[in-house]
Amino acid sequence: MPTEPLFRPISAATEPFIDVEFDGRPLKVPGQGSVASALLAAGVPRFRSTPVSGAPRAPYCMMGVCFECLLEIDGVPNAQACLLQVQPGMKIRSQEGARHAA
Amino acid sequence: MQLESVDVAVVGAGPAGLAAAATAAELGLSVALLDEQAHPGGQIYRDVTRAGVDRLQVLGDDYAAGRALVERFTQSTARHVGGASVWNITRERVIHYLKDGRSQSITAGQVILCTGAMERPFPIPGWTLPGVMTAGAAQILLKSAGLAPAQPVVLAGCGPLLYLLAWQYLRAGVRIGAIVDTTQRGDYLRALRHVGGAVAGWREVRKGLGLIRRIRGAGIPFYRGATELAVEGSERAEALRFRMGATSHRVQTDLVLLHQGVVPNNQITASLRLAHRWDERQLCWVPQTDAWGRLALDGFLIAGDGRGISGGTAAALQGELAALAAAHSAARLPEPERDRAAEPLRSALRRQLHIRPFLDTLYRPKLQHRVPADEVIACRCEEVSAGELRRSVALGCTGPSQTKAFSRCGMGPCQGRLCGLTVTEVIAQARGVSPAEVGHYRIRPPIKPITLDELAAL
Amino acid sequence: MFWSDVIVVGGGLVGTAVAYGLGQLGKNVTVLDEGDDAFRASRGNFGLIWVHGKGRGFPQYARWTRESARQWPALAARLQGETGIDVQARQAGALTLCFSEAEFEARAERLAAVRDEVGGDYPYEMLDRAALLQRLPHVGPTVIGASYSPMDGHVNPLQLLRALHTACAQQGVVLKTGHGVQRITHADGIFTAHSGGRQFRAPKLVLAAGLGNAGLAGQVGLHAPVRPIRGQLLITERCEKILDYPTGHIRQTCEGGIQIGESMEDAGFDDSTTNETLAELSRRAIASFPVIGQLNVVRVWGALRVMTPDGYPIYQESKSCPGAYVVTCHSGVTLAAAHVFRIAPWINGAAAPEELDAFTGDRFPAADPGAQTLDHHHAH
Repeated sequence: MPTEPLFRPISAATEPFIDVEFDGRPLKVPGQGSVASALLAAGVPRFRSTPVSGAPRAPYCMMGVCFECLLEIDGVPNAQACLLQVQPGMKIRSQEGARHAA
Repeated sequence: MQLESVDVAVVGAGPAGLAAAATAAELGLSVALLDEQAHPGGQIYRDVTRAGVDRLQVLGDDYAAGRALVERFTQSTARHVGGASVWNITRERVIHYLKDGRSQSITAGQVILCTGAMERPFPIPGWTLPGVMTAGAAQILLKSAGLAPAQPVVLAGCGPLLYLLAWQYLRAGVRIGAIVDTTQRGDYLRALRHVGGAVAGWREVRKGLGLIRRIRGAGIPFYRGATELAVEGSERAEALRFRMGATSHRVQTDLVLLHQGVVPNNQITASLRLAHRWDERQLCWVPQTDAWGRLALDGFLIAGDGRGISGGTAAALQGELAALAAAHSAARLPEPERDRAAEPLRSALRRQLHIRPFLDTLYRPKLQHRVPADEVIACRCEEVSAGELRRSVALGCTGPSQTKAFSRCGMGPCQGRLCGLTVTEVIAQARGVSPAEVGHYRIRPPIKPITLDELAAL
Repeated sequence: MFWSDVIVVGGGLVGTAVAYGLGQLGKNVTVLDEGDDAFRASRGNFGLIWVHGKGRGFPQYARWTRESARQWPALAARLQGETGIDVQARQAGALTLCFSEAEFEARAERLAAVRDEVGGDYPYEMLDRAALLQRLPHVGPTVIGASYSPMDGHVNPLQLLRALHTACAQQGVVLKTGHGVQRITHADGIFTAHSGGRQFRAPKLVLAAGLGNAGLAGQVGLHAPVRPIRGQLLITERCEKILDYPTGHIRQTCEGGIQIGESMEDAGFDDSTTNETLAELSRRAIASFPVIGQLNVVRVWGALRVMTPDGYPIYQESKSCPGAYVVTCHSGVTLAAAHVFRIAPWINGAAAPEELDAFTGDRFPAADPGAQTLDHHHAH
């Protein structure tokens, strides 16, 4: 359920948007940058719920030290979205609580 | 397991690492530069080689200057190993890293650690809500993806990076809802005691004042001397609340960018069990080094913000000095030549370091935003509150290790990066002793995530 | 000068269990504990309540352990009731996995022998692979069977330590952290523990200082030749529940992480971790449950077990200094109930449990402890 994006491209010029899937639905995101920045620009406000209390979380540091941006990316749970380049066709899911084992 | 060997392995491709790697390579040593990102630049010069004219305009000259350094590195014979997640460095200088889905390793005659800094945690009510990020995160979005806030954003905290970000946003046409500055009048007065440093670093001071002038000139609400910051919202950030004197204020916003300085990222030096001392002026742990950046363990050096916050220019100078020392240790650079080359670097470095006491005093993060109230989350990963930490101390825990055992703080995936300083300072305050006496977390590998399968394949 | 009825040297799982038991009996107790970076074997405990297979050739120990496991639910309930802390004690049974017919047969033979030695009341089953899959459906293809016992289970050892500390505090037990004991003197039936320039006095003193017991025991006429045996452990990120039972080397914690252990190394007083051992532990874990291979390791640690030469506890009152006791073992979780409900009353003057004769330190020659060979007769 994307909302108004928190971030937008600064350059109105051609920022190639690509198609990915988020929580089973198609989503157009900026093609440059990490999965985390792509989703922030596409209006995804919340990336996961914690396995401790279920509290909602989203990216905080964007440099790989906070581990808040964890998503399931192409079947791999708890991936740090800010450290992975976004690619067309990626299947991304929010990380709800503790991951599945396999 | 491949065991490649180099004269010098540099970890981190920011200004310190780029300068160290280029210098060492230019002196004829074999060099590998490992970095997590695909492209060199670290955080301060993140993606600088990929920035178009528009982005460089917004980000400013200091950022653009990084291109020359990256260029120098790329021209050198040093090898860039990007996308490398270093998960362990042994005391015998074997570096284990994950790249392309498997663990690889490299052994080095010397290791120069240039892992830099990270944002100081800012534990206030609501800081874990979606929509709360750091100023550094915002800069990364700008540099690596050309993104800026779409709605009016609130910047809160203190420090030159906050003003720099505001200035960059103005140039990009971003609407800023408010700047909530925690710097107090008293901070200016205390900082002026270091005015000698300010005079020496006049260029920096003038730049800072210029930023502030421009921000004010743009008519952005600028609150100074703010206290008791708190983010309001249930599922996401909705507003920033704060006090100005006796008056409570509330600025509505979906996005709060927090900043109260950066601190060294000590995970690797701590995992090597190297001694760190508590720096009371910078309020963080710094590893013990000599003037060249040599650590207490043979063959290990450190350069850049990782050895104490001093900025990008100083980092590059320290990187060069470390490389000179490494070359000398490797018997590839005689002492007189090493010292001759070092002299101008040291002078330049002194000039850079001169302004630190002034800046550190002026932008000292406030105690209430470092040692929070009971209900505030100290450990984000395990959702441990400051109150829980205090209860552990009341039970007899005297330091981070036992507190971790009892409360689970520091047991999450970030391995104490975001809670370490808070935990040390909360315990110190609860016990009435200095942070130096409390100590810091024991850090062990893996420093970055590695799966059981990857570990099993070693 | 600081007076109490009993001084307990050591605030780990053993010391606080004894202190708690004594506090329940109305004694004024002072616990003297080291600082934050002490070795703390308690932080290396795997968290198992484990009976089946232990004590072959030593039925007193097999019985002692079994009885402690029986009393564990009472301990857990008591601690929960008094402190509100759930130590996550789950005693639905545990398994030892076997990777070959030879292993399976050896295990069966051992269990039959222990059952014989304790005189029968010793429930366990040998499970073939089909039966094993009923209990642990994720077990790997090379696991051919297992032993299972309903006596066993697991607990959160850190929460147990916290609960014991809390229960002690609530009872008025005085805990002094940062108070390692360097020297103990005694005169006229009174013991003085010297710690950091202060003196603590009591008519009774209990050594529960783990590795520290080796140096302190001789000062009160006791013999406790303990040595460090390192164990390395790993824990993964939290994941959905996949393991309903603990095994000897792998268990899933209540939070969801898979905890993996535990090596047995002679590394002196070095509690660091090594890639070689961690890799080996990972391989064994993946062979046991291949599905966990994708999980990220979030934490590893090493801890020094407190090991006597034969691996069995030492419980003894000093003959030359009556009132001084040594209490040491490496199964601080399994034996916690025994320490609270049977050791504490003994220290308080009740008749010694009948098994206790077997656990004196005198059974070890008073020679250089380093010359002892370690006998791994205890199964984990």
